[in-house]
Amino acid sequence: MIPELGHFALALAVALACAQGVIGLFAPTLRDPRAMSAASALALSQFLAIGASFLALIYAGVVSDFTVENVADFSSAAVPLIYRISGTWGNHDGSMLLWCFILSLCGATVAAFGQNLPASLKSRVLGVLGLVSAGFLLFALTVSDPFTRLWPPPLEGVGVNPILQDPGLAFHPPMLYTGYVGFSVAFAFAIAALIEGRIDAAWGRWVRPWALLSWCFLTIGITLGSWWSYYTLGWGGFWFWDPVENAALLPWLTGTALLHCAIVVEKREALKAWTVLLAIATFSLSLTGTFLVRSGILNSVHSFAASPDQGLFILALLAVTIGSSLLLFAIRAPVLAATGIFAPISRESALVLNNIFLCAIAAVVFTGTLYPPFANLLFGIQLSVGAPFFNQTVLPLTTPLILAMAVGPLLPWKRAALAPVLQRLWLAGAVALIVFLVVAANRHIIAALGLAGGAWVVFSALTDLAERVRLFRVPLGTSLARFSALSRALLGATLGHIGFGVTVLGIAGMTLATQKVVVLTPGHSAQLGGYTWTLNDIHDAPGPNYTQRVADVTLSENGKPFLSLAPTRRFFTAQHVTTNVAAIHTNGFQDIYAVFADEPAGSNGAELRLNRQPMAPEIWFGGLIMALGGVTSLSDRRLRVGAPSRKKKPAGAVA
Amino acid sequence: MSPLRRRLLFGIPLALTVAGGEGFYILLKRMGNNTYDPHALPSPLIGKRPPAFNLPGINGSQGFANTDLLAPPKPMLVNWFASWCIPCQEEANILRKLSATGLQIWGIAYEDPPPNLAKYLAQNGNPYTRLATDASGLTAINWGVYGVPETYFIDKTGIVRARWAGALTDEILTTELTPLLAKYA
Repeated sequence: MIPELGHFALALAVALACAQGVIGLFAPTLRDPRAMSAASALALSQFLAIGASFLALIYAGVVSDFTVENVADFSSAAVPLIYRISGTWGNHDGSMLLWCFILSLCGATVAAFGQNLPASLKSRVLGVLGLVSAGFLLFALTVSDPFTRLWPPPLEGVGVNPILQDPGLAFHPPMLYTGYVGFSVAFAFAIAALIEGRIDAAWGRWVRPWALLSWCFLTIGITLGSWWSYYTLGWGGFWFWDPVENAALLPWLTGTALLHCAIVVEKREALKAWTVLLAIATFSLSLTGTFLVRSGILNSVHSFAASPDQGLFILALLAVTIGSSLLLFAIRAPVLAATGIFAPISRESALVLNNIFLCAIAAVVFTGTLYPPFANLLFGIQLSVGAPFFNQTVLPLTTPLILAMAVGPLLPWKRAALAPVLQRLWLAGAVALIVFLVVAANRHIIAALGLAGGAWVVFSALTDLAERVRLFRVPLGTSLARFSALSRALLGATLGHIGFGVTVLGIAGMTLATQKVVVLTPGHSAQLGGYTWTLNDIHDAPGPNYTQRVADVTLSENGKPFLSLAPTRRFFTAQHVTTNVAAIHTNGFQDIYAVFADEPAGSNGAELRLNRQPMAPEIWFGGLIMALGGVTSLSDRRLRVGAPSRKKKPAGAVA
Repeated sequence: MSPLRRRLLFGIPLALTVAGGEGFYILLKRMGNNTYDPHALPSPLIGKRPPAFNLPGINGSQGFANTDLLAPPKPMLVNWFASWCIPCQEEANILRKLSATGLQIWGIAYEDPPPNLAKYLAQNGNPYTRLATDASGLTAINWGVYGVPETYFIDKTGIVRARWAGALTDEILTTELTPLLAKYA
């Protein structure tokens, strides 16, 4: 009964979304205030309907209702509760429902917290969101129905894919999707502004928090995914340049560009058409990512069993959404004129430079990702584009980005001079140079460049902060007072830059990693990274829905044991799948990482993969700091003042 | 910038998107009728004859050479396998079934010590019309073998028409091998 209610709620949501789209878009033309406010009510009720539907699916998963095909195929009564819940979005149909749920959440948030928006703009924004939602809900309802029934039900489900039974991955899809889908709001604002034919500073102020919020989620989502791949796949790396990873990276790159150029719209009313294009492009890339994952058109490790029919449906949705928005852009955007003018050396120009580099990286990643299928289409050749291409093209583009991102925040608006700014960065420059020389002395040029770049970014951001509080030039108390008076937006931006620098440090440090694959019998040891790794023993251990073999490894330095690691291999009996759980010990600046890869037949021992990875944790710390910066910036007074109603209920300021 | 050029410039994103969407549409159509497979591993041998080799059989018996594959009487398969390979053992059932239909399957054992190979054939049955052993693995490199098991389809003129990396499945038999046999019969 519950699944039928869920299915019905889904159908209801389609109807509500269609009404929201049509009424929302046309009410402002009719100048009917009641119709315009109806869009908000419809958005909220659409959210309730999809929420009910989503809860119904989760309920079916939690109680292991195997009459629902989705539950029978991707869950089982034996998996722990958290994975019975996360299993509902760990498959194609369920994840589409999650997608729609987050989209409706975005609409509901605009409806609930957008009281300061002009009624017509709000109505149009909700209308655009309603139309997008209607398309994807139709997809979920027709070709990817998560509530399909199965009769007779099997006694036990197939189970959750063992590799997905992990806390990091349980939250990776919701975070990532919130990031992806959150950009729909910026997109809707862009379309609404194109329809109205007017973009001003206020528009920049409205659209930026939305872009920032989704950017934070996307950052966290990518960080979680990368971290998960690092500690569960047991290969010691953190980024594959897999098409699906690239599909998440692309909206992040253009979204980051959007964040920066929306500042220019807000402060200086310039770069309007470009900002609108970026808003459209970011959401379009999110949609394209969804399409690429689900159509199976790319050769990727992320498999989503999907049929070409579903691919065609999504392609049609994409064609309508992206095509119509770019058509609107081509017709309306040429009339958007910039009012603010700026000199070639100024904060505005620095932000333009940031956009150029970010978009160039995005273009390279986009080309590399889509080249294989299009090479097949145009030239009939089968090829693959892998990590070497991306490393060789993205790194040279990141270098000027890193150089410029330190200088940009110190430049004044409108017109600036470069020399005084560079003078203020002497400390960061000196630190970077020392780091470079020290590391390069050990003949690691790439690592030296990367670490120096990271240090440059971090120290220049700190310099900016120190300058603003006049550290050491006025008494410390005065500096602290100045610090607490700094705007949150500025602190957020600084944190964001520091986070990026920390991630760069981590990635650069990873190039110094050392690793070794050994087969050890108990009692024997191997040498790596200055440590002696001894395998003491291999033994069995129980688990809830798996059995596991644990290798007991002790590390010692100069004969003194200082660390025990217990990498395990888990055998999931239901699926006949083995997963490796890496044992990772971190001190914040270095990971000691051991994987129990295999028990080779006849050797009586364990195949171990041993890694010593300097700076690895910084990759994900950096991601967290970046997201924290975004959240700090969101709490800026300017944004709170922009929404007077939130003063009454500050607790629910940002859903 | 003249207004017209500005308009044209703003139309570029739309034009690119339309072209890209058209490309995706064609790719999806081709995936639908199996003429495009993003997961396919390209084989350099397709459309060519296998490179020169002359391999012995098991324990000094007669193996075969590339000259034996120049003009088979009927389309045939060459199957690379090894006794130490688990998917090969799973594939053995399908190979037996196929050879029972009269299709010739020639086998090449890859880096396999003869005693293990003999034991494997005794246990899993021998579906192979002729058998050769590539003890050094050099012929496998020349063929561009990705890993065992791997199966090549050779037509009556001795030209390789298809290659499957990994074990053959019933699905491959019905959707790919049967049409190929009909086409090159």
